[in-house]
Amino acid sequence: MAAAHGTDWRLRAFAPAVLPVVIFVWAAGHLPAVAAGGTVRLAWDWVPSLGVSLSFLIDGLSLTFALLISGIGAVVMLYSGQYLSGHEHYGRFMGYLTAFMLAMLGLVLADNLIALFVFWELTTVTSYLLIGFGHADAKSRRSALQALLVTGTGGLALLAGFILIGSVAGSFELSEVLAQPGVLTDHPWYLAILILVLAGAFTKSAQFPLHFWLPNAMAAPTPVSAYLHSATMVKGGVYLLARMHPGLGGTEPWFWSLTVFGAFTAVFASVLALRQSDLKQVLAYTTLMALGTLTLFLASGVDVAITAAVTFLIVHSLYKACLFLAVGNIDHATGTREVSRLTGGLARAMPVTTVAAGLAALSMAGFPPFLGFIGKELKYKGILAVASEPYVVVAAVLAANALMFAAAAVVAFRPFWGRGTPELEPGATPHEAPWPMWIGPAALALLGVVFGLMPDLAAVLVDPAVVAILPAGTPYELKLWHGVNVPLLLSIATFVLGLGLYLASDRLRAGLAAIEARNPVHFDRGWDRVLDGVKAFAGWQTRLVQSGELRVYLRLTFATFLAALGGTMLARGIGVPAVALPQLLAKEWAVIVLIVAGTALVVLTRSRVAAIAGLGVVGIGVALVFIIYGAPDVAITQLLVETLVVVLVAVVLLRMPRLYSEGRVIHRPVDAVLAVAIGGATTAVLLLVLEVPLDRRLTTWFEETSWPEAFGRNIVNVILVDFRALDTFGEIAVVLIAALSAFVLIKGIRREGRE
Amino acid sequence: MNSVILMAGSRILVALLLVFSVFMLLRGHNEPGGGFIGGLIGAVGFVIYAIACGTSSAREALRVPPETVAAAGLGVALLGGVWAAVDGDAFFTGQWLFLGATEDSKGLPLSSVLVFDVGVYLVVFGSILSLVFALEEEV
Repeated sequence: MAAAHGTDWRLRAFAPAVLPVVIFVWAAGHLPAVAAGGTVRLAWDWVPSLGVSLSFLIDGLSLTFALLISGIGAVVMLYSGQYLSGHEHYGRFMGYLTAFMLAMLGLVLADNLIALFVFWELTTVTSYLLIGFGHADAKSRRSALQALLVTGTGGLALLAGFILIGSVAGSFELSEVLAQPGVLTDHPWYLAILILVLAGAFTKSAQFPLHFWLPNAMAAPTPVSAYLHSATMVKGGVYLLARMHPGLGGTEPWFWSLTVFGAFTAVFASVLALRQSDLKQVLAYTTLMALGTLTLFLASGVDVAITAAVTFLIVHSLYKACLFLAVGNIDHATGTREVSRLTGGLARAMPVTTVAAGLAALSMAGFPPFLGFIGKELKYKGILAVASEPYVVVAAVLAANALMFAAAAVVAFRPFWGRGTPELEPGATPHEAPWPMWIGPAALALLGVVFGLMPDLAAVLVDPAVVAILPAGTPYELKLWHGVNVPLLLSIATFVLGLGLYLASDRLRAGLAAIEARNPVHFDRGWDRVLDGVKAFAGWQTRLVQSGELRVYLRLTFATFLAALGGTMLARGIGVPAVALPQLLAKEWAVIVLIVAGTALVVLTRSRVAAIAGLGVVGIGVALVFIIYGAPDVAITQLLVETLVVVLVAVVLLRMPRLYSEGRVIHRPVDAVLAVAIGGATTAVLLLVLEVPLDRRLTTWFEETSWPEAFGRNIVNVILVDFRALDTFGEIAVVLIAALSAFVLIKGIRREGRE
Repeated sequence: MNSVILMAGSRILVALLLVFSVFMLLRGHNEPGGGFIGGLIGAVGFVIYAIACGTSSAREALRVPPETVAAAGLGVALLGGVWAAVDGDAFFTGQWLFLGATEDSKGLPLSSVLVFDVGVYLVVFGSILSLVFALEEEV
């Protein structure tokens, strides 16, 4: 460790934080222009033929997100430089974290739906790597895979939704889609689009009943939890909802699905937050609560509600990142995160962390003069303004806020100021963390105060974002004091209720644990059961289709082919066309006789070698047909492949069991029926193809352009290596993969056989 | 297989087939032939050699493991595509170089298309040989 404290190490610790700082400054430079109502668009062509471009749009919404992502990113990277100092995979960790941050920035800035989807999936992949960072631990691996599968599945639904949007609106550019009001909501596909997009947003933002992956993702190192699972990645879903609000919002299905899922998730999660005994888990469930609340407030199109959502988004990012990092400091100092062991006494040992966590918690609980207070007042005002069932939703928001108050006290009050003494891990002495680990949390906590005291400053971030979500709306003015009104009374009720819940929190935790023990519904275990079910089904169908017997494989393959071919012909009612036998030349008759004789040999012989030779004869006959009808390239290839196949099959056959093993005779009639049926169906299809006059447009085009444009007279070859070179490249890649796989299989069998 | 005639004959045959395979590869752009056919012919040459003299001597004669040849072929083919990208055209657009071109003749045409076809040749050649060698050794 001695070398770790040299300049070299300092460079490694601080260098990663430089990039987010640079991005933050760059983004902040756009603030004046965006606050004045402007937008900046940057675009590069990517796949112009498909309408996919790498375009970015900086408007109020994306800029607010970009500032949060890069600002909190800088704090987290500075923190991680210390938190993981000396870790053997430190470089890998910072690489993942930086990649994640860039993907997240791409997600919020992208103006093209396909580009947005690509960044969306990149955040999924990088978060998989970060959650599974401690890959030696089975729990980490499981949590990482769970997050990947849940959010990845949602991502696929999102892609389908985006493609539908693209075909409905005629463009993949978000700014163009959203500029046509009603184009999506009035379309018959609206409901399908809505369901697909919501599936993507709800999985990413962990809405009930797909919430279970988020608390499990806490298996990641603490800075990752602070960054991904509170401030950024899970907000990706919220961002999407806010971004699509002008295009998809304003309808009944949008309003009700967001209200119901959001409100339920908020209350459900905040109750569960009090049940947790690990500080990180408490915070994880309050994150779920926040996501539910944000979803709920994006349901309507009322100015106050949207202003509340954007304000709360900023409030939550600031205090949540701060609290997570503070919990990391507690863990660092005491070696534990158990609520029951941290009952007080840390304030003297960790003064800065104490103050930072305290300020953040006051903002979280919604005390004046913090930004959290403004956020909470706005929430009550917003709910009263929109809800058609105001009492139910107000009750839900009140309960969630009171529970959050209690959770804030559990996390940031009791460990520091409580009357008990902490039960430390052996060998741990409570101490303040080194400065890179407290300066960030302290700065975030202070911002919560500054924004609260000077709401105009916060409005610079909030107002343009509100305008981006509601182009026609006017942002509600952020103020600390609105006079005595209903929201203020509700705030006071929140404090009283929250205090009571905090005082009873130990009994509540025990009670909730008892209920949970008897509750038969477990989403996390249900997930395991779903996965086991999928695996069992896959195993069953593999055993069914791939029995290990060559005859079954062949029969299944051909039967499937026949079903597809014959089934289509029957379903479409296509008959076999009548064809008059044409006048054939002697050489053509000779070829036919050759092929028929070869076939007869294959079917009738009792010797494998003779059968192979017979097949070779058939192949050569077909090659002759190609020569007669003027396709020398195909003929040469056919001849060579035929030769090699005979060699290969001959080698393989030496290992096969005897041709006339028991039971074969019983199989022959079935095989014969199958063979005749496939032969008949294929012939019928070929005759049908010949009935249609040959479209020579492509042939003519290739004949005309092959020489002047590609300098080649052999059209077949020119198509292969020039016009369709990318296809050929794919094909030779497949050839290589097939050869290598077969090689490994053969060598593997040989090694097993020898041992 | 212990046949002196086949062993003696195969040496000449391999050389002829290899030369012929390169001939087929090069003429491919204007006459029947090309990388795929060339690779098949070259592979047939070595298969005959392996049957006559055994896979170990065939491997020795090839010097490089066939799997490596196949993988290198994919790389060469990719190079043919990247050439166009470096020139600023779309991926896999044919790039042509006419060495010593005059008014009347095109000179010696060299192209990224030919590089690509050489890659195809190597993939086909290497893939088939790696399969045949592995199977023959297994028996």
